[in-house]
Amino acid sequence: MRTVVDLTRCQGYAQCVFLAPDVFELHGEEGLLYATAVPGDQEERVRQAAAACPVQAILLGEEVSTGAR
Amino acid sequence: MPDDLKNGRIVIVGASLAGLRAAEALREEGFTGSLTVVGDEPYAPYDRPPLSKQVLLGQATADTTELPMRRDPEAEWRLGVGATGVDLLARRVLLEDGESLPYDRLLIATGTRARPWPHPEEATLDGVFTLRTREDGKGLAERLAAGPERVLVIGGGFTGSEIASACRELELQVTVAERGPAPLVGALGGTLSKLAAVMQRNHGVDLRTGVTVTALNGNGAFTGAQLSDGSRVEADVCVVALGAVRNVEWLADSGLAAGPRGIACDAGCRAFTMYGIVTDDVFVAGDVSRFPHPLFGYQMLSLEHWGNAVEQAEVAAHNMINPGPLQRPHLSIPVFWSTQFGLNIKSVGVPTYSDHVVIAQGSLEARRLAMVYGYKGRVTAAVTVDMAKSLDYYRHLIETAAPFPPPPGAADRAIAADVPIPSDVPDPSVLSHGPTVALTGHLPDRRLSVV
Repeated sequence: MRTVVDLTRCQGYAQCVFLAPDVFELHGEEGLLYATAVPGDQEERVRQAAAACPVQAILLGEEVSTGAR
Repeated sequence: MPDDLKNGRIVIVGASLAGLRAAEALREEGFTGSLTVVGDEPYAPYDRPPLSKQVLLGQATADTTELPMRRDPEAEWRLGVGATGVDLLARRVLLEDGESLPYDRLLIATGTRARPWPHPEEATLDGVFTLRTREDGKGLAERLAAGPERVLVIGGGFTGSEIASACRELELQVTVAERGPAPLVGALGGTLSKLAAVMQRNHGVDLRTGVTVTALNGNGAFTGAQLSDGSRVEADVCVVALGAVRNVEWLADSGLAAGPRGIACDAGCRAFTMYGIVTDDVFVAGDVSRFPHPLFGYQMLSLEHWGNAVEQAEVAAHNMINPGPLQRPHLSIPVFWSTQFGLNIKSVGVPTYSDHVVIAQGSLEARRLAMVYGYKGRVTAAVTVDMAKSLDYYRHLIETAAPFPPPPGAADRAIAADVPIPSDVPDPSVLSHGPTVALTGHLPDRRLSVV
């Protein structure tokens, strides 16, 4: 699974940092850094973080499968 | 008629953020026809912002930044093959492998590429990088992880500044060379560029402004560079961060209005031909587009912003499958962000479309502030430093063409909010790097665009 944060929307409420600290991290006061690849044992936490985000900036999903031409 | 538009053949050229989001939006809005996405990179759509942040810091690897899908667009993905042209009359996209794809409607989202170092031989020296693609990110991250003696970054725009920030966080020595008077001056104007310069120097960056790099030296491997002030920088890694070049060359013979500043389109994302006639079946989205915006004098805006790629792709997709009266304009206010030296910088509006600024909240000393930009007595932009929660308020001021200086709206209003100072936006042609926002239209009293 992959995650991406719409940092255009992110306002640094940092709910994700509390819910999934292994994936989301504040860099300074409000800059957000995150692990782009979500480990299997973190998916549920990231789902909770996505649901809790006050500005709904977190997207979790599968990447496009490149197998098919 | 609307039913017909939901069917047929759509080809999207460009398999990055705008291409993916457009493909998803087409299905979301009920397109049931065939959908083909062409991309010249052999990878699934991936996200580029982490390449200059998490990837350089070693917190993510370059091969894990694929974009998550909102939904499966059920598209045929033609990855690793570039498009070489389009035949508007026959409605076919030509591919470099000799094949051609028929379409009923076409979306062009080919984006930009890193502007290369102008001297080809020097550019191929081992240790000289640009940063735009996944390969760039992987190669540079590996080189930084190996612990070079010094990194030279050419260009003090957002990308160059973020790379310098990552280098300092990795405790690497770094020199930034910028032709303009300070980093970020082209995007943010004089006052905030002074803060950017102070932040760089406080974090140990060897910042050289008002200089150009005249030569990259090395015999096979990069060893250093000559600067225009006669000095020399000894370094073993060089990152060329001179801005972006729009991927429009493949359209040179197409008859579309494609040029160095992008492909001109209307507010509905429909491409113009070289005669200025709008097309009905060719659409444009993302960094490669330039489009008129009523809030900025109807000038053609070229934006290299993540959020613009998403929003314009969604508007283009909607308009591709809806009849004229149901089509939507792309009128969103430009927003971007940058994280560097521990600061979160966010911008709304077009800061270069300004004559004066005020610090409306916070202060430069606190490294926490909201700066509001005005043009002829109207609010046109705002930039926050570690004050992202205030940004929406200023967006509203811009959308409603509020008077400048802005009226009292915040409890922590700064005294400086009543003291407009010149915005001091330089002509982009004096900068090392290209602008990430460019007003490319005609405005007789100000010269803002690169010639």
